[in-house]
Amino acid sequence: MFGKSDVIPGRRLTLGITLTFVSLFLFIPLASFVLFASGMGLEKFFAAVTDWRNVHAYGVSFFCALAAGLINSLFGLIIAWVLVRYDFRGKKIMDALIDLPFALPTAVAGIALTTLYAQNGLLGKFFYSVGIESAFSPMGITIALIFVGIPFVARSVQPVLKELDPQLEEAANLFGAGNWTIFSKIIFPELLPPLLTGFALAFARGIGEYGSVVFIAGNMPYETEIAPLMIMTKLEQFDYQSAAAIAIVMMILSLSILLGIHGWQSRQLKRIGGVVGA
Amino acid sequence: MREPIWLKRTLIFLAASFLFVMLIMPLLLVAKEALSKGVDFYFKALTDEFALKALYLTIEATISAVVLNTIFGLASAWLLTKFDFRGKTFLGSLIDLPFAISPVIAGLFFIMLFGRLSPLYPLLQEYDVAIVFAVPAIILATVFVTFPFITRELVPVMENQGRSEEEAAATMGANGWTIFRRVTLPNIKWALGYGIILCSARALGEFGAVSVVSGHIRGKTNTLPLHIEILYNEYNFTAAFAVASVLVFLAIIVLILRNLVERANKNPVEEEIPTDDKNSSELKAGVAHG
Repeated sequence: MFGKSDVIPGRRLTLGITLTFVSLFLFIPLASFVLFASGMGLEKFFAAVTDWRNVHAYGVSFFCALAAGLINSLFGLIIAWVLVRYDFRGKKIMDALIDLPFALPTAVAGIALTTLYAQNGLLGKFFYSVGIESAFSPMGITIALIFVGIPFVARSVQPVLKELDPQLEEAANLFGAGNWTIFSKIIFPELLPPLLTGFALAFARGIGEYGSVVFIAGNMPYETEIAPLMIMTKLEQFDYQSAAAIAIVMMILSLSILLGIHGWQSRQLKRIGGVVGA
Repeated sequence: MREPIWLKRTLIFLAASFLFVMLIMPLLLVAKEALSKGVDFYFKALTDEFALKALYLTIEATISAVVLNTIFGLASAWLLTKFDFRGKTFLGSLIDLPFAISPVIAGLFFIMLFGRLSPLYPLLQEYDVAIVFAVPAIILATVFVTFPFITRELVPVMENQGRSEEEAAATMGANGWTIFRRVTLPNIKWALGYGIILCSARALGEFGAVSVVSGHIRGKTNTLPLHIEILYNEYNFTAAFAVASVLVFLAIIVLILRNLVERANKNPVEEEIPTDDKNSSELKAGVAHG
């Protein structure tokens, strides 16, 4: 920062603004949380973390987010494929529509999905008639998480699929490789990294999601309580320590998912880069 | 790869029906439910005193978030792309942090900072300043969850542009403001516009973080999404969907603007932004929604 002469002006000014904002809006709130959490004592922390009702809630959040992430990976792949490779009517609308979950407030999605999938709802009628509880159940939570996660996989696979070199496929075709072989040996390995990125983002988002889930979940203890809801419940009881403890578990969960995929990917990219990138 | 026509059709059918069931049906349902008690009831629900107050608060929080994040976004993107310094990567990740944090936890941060267990609490009490369960915390929480949006839109574009144009302008004696206005801004205006759209959409609809810090006081600390929740929990479904339909309408406008901005961005012969950069920042922007 010192003794360096920049050609472009504004280093001090932008540094000042940036650090002020980061301190005020990120660092101080985060630090106050860390300070509070570190002052609560290990015993209290572990008691809150291992409370059975909370453990159950992490489980519900984890498995529903996992299921939703997997379903979105499958459909996200199909959607990206269809959008990049085929021409059909309504393609542009489909392309624009995928981003709807980013633009639509989650509370709106929440009440709409609940009404659709409840027992007397348009889709719920069908599910309940065959004995499936599609709302106020883990399935309902998963449906809400599928909704919020739709854009992630489709949007991360799409650009990679678009950039894929058609010559590779043509070459394989010349050598007599069938469709399935081309897809599984040539295309899919290229799509795997963005697929995993999209999956990880959807998964992490699902673990922290509150607005769209809280309506359809039913919020029954030991059944359909999700981890963010437990934080809300503890806050309403002014049990700030337990809320902080649950928050720490959730942050570790979602950060390890994101970092895990990131680490796997940078290793993978190096490997792929060595083969194809040349 | 040439796949048979039946496979093609099946895949298109699968994608279309998935999106129809998951995205279009909820939208149609909102419209249907909102109007289920007639147009008069619909407009009465929208012009209800508390609905209007919630709307004003939502607009207030959104404008605050957009203004603050635009200033921050421009400054931080300039800092991150025009200069080299130690800790740059760290600063970049720190700015991205709100993407990885559940909004409920973001709200919790502000409860810890200003709530009644905070060391600041006695001081705030003494001067009678209400932050938590009042408007300031709603604004703070909204700024927090939208914090990275504009920076993340600007950084890839500015990185791509490089520094040479600004350096040339500076060498010729232009001052910082002129360089920004005449050289940088024309290159980044679409990215900035897109960042502002994303930031507004998210701020309008934020639920989790605001829910934690708001205290749900009708007419005072309720934003539109929270107002919808209250109406819904009171079994006032039609009114809840009527208010929700306004937000659906805004969401559709956001999608249309997004497409317009993208098209305007692609048409000029100028350097194109690599799509995956744009996509990844937008994807990250979605992570901590809720």
